[in-house]
Amino acid sequence: MAEGHSPLAQFEIKRWVPIQVGDLDVSFTNSATFMALTVIGVSAFLVLGMRRHALVPGRWQSMAELAYVFIANLVKDTVGTEGRPYFPFIFTVFMFVLFGNLFGMVPYGFTFTSHIIVTFAMAIVVFVGVTVIALIKHRLHFFTFFMPPGVPLIMAPLLVPIEIISYLSRPVSLSVRLFANMLAGHTLLKVFAGFVVALGLFGAFPLAFVIALTALEIVIAFLQAFVFTILTCLYLNDALHLH
Amino acid sequence: MRERGPADDLEKLDARLKHAAEGARKSGPGGLPRDRPPANALGLALRVGVELVSALAVGLAIGWLLDAWLETRPWLMLAFILLGGAAGILNVYRMARGFGYAVGYKQDQPTGRHRPGNQGPGIEG
Repeated sequence: MAEGHSPLAQFEIKRWVPIQVGDLDVSFTNSATFMALTVIGVSAFLVLGMRRHALVPGRWQSMAELAYVFIANLVKDTVGTEGRPYFPFIFTVFMFVLFGNLFGMVPYGFTFTSHIIVTFAMAIVVFVGVTVIALIKHRLHFFTFFMPPGVPLIMAPLLVPIEIISYLSRPVSLSVRLFANMLAGHTLLKVFAGFVVALGLFGAFPLAFVIALTALEIVIAFLQAFVFTILTCLYLNDALHLH
Repeated sequence: MRERGPADDLEKLDARLKHAAEGARKSGPGGLPRDRPPANALGLALRVGVELVSALAVGLAIGWLLDAWLETRPWLMLAFILLGGAAGILNVYRMARGFGYAVGYKQDQPTGRHRPGNQGPGIEG
């Protein structure tokens, strides 16, 4: 317990390699380190897993293939065949978020997905990208999206702003969901881990709880990566089909 | 006594190919696993909360910015808070109705076009 008594200390950004470009602080932080580690980890997992590309896959290759097929099916089921060109991006998003969440579960690790700016940046990329795709594909027809059919015209001044706000709230809810889950889970873990030490012998009870919570956190790491991905798919589906 | 000629095999293969192609083309609903884990209440509550608050926050932000731009403080902000609240309720309504995360109402329309996302995969969290 050298540092970080506060349950929130784990989210602190630390400059590991301070770099200053003009007025811009572009230091290499612990967050950046873990993002780089995540990219390396995902690449290693997939490339080394498929290294032998055996017809009968081993355990590792099986996992890599499972991840691929899982997302491929997800894209097919939610977006349809038109979504295939976007599969690489969606798969990348999934693997990045998943490995980021899982690396955050490593003791002394750092969870970059617990920072709203990280998740919001990802969400805004998805949001802007999807909107641009919709605009390219449907041109001005895209704006009928905000006017549900069969609504009397007199309601339009009220409904259109509501629909636009609803549409604009997508990146917010997308990013907040991932960020809040990660932040809450890791804070809770730390709080209960603090009780273990404080309660001495009776610390066994919170310890058991922490163990269960760790398992739950790993489930949430998967679930939230999945939710982020499926939302991306659904937004893409809206953009492509515009119902 | 049936004769199994090569033509028979080819026909079977043709049928299987057609079936597979159809499966690939048909990408409609039902593809999502129905046997998903049961919705947990905490996840649902969090989702409703996030949907409500995010729409409200976006409305507030738009109102605030418009006010700063048009110098009509505080009227547009007040109006957009109400609109944001309405959008939040709309989000939650869509979620509850099973529109899932998709925006729009056109689910009930009998147009032939399939609408994959509309079942609402109902993942919590």
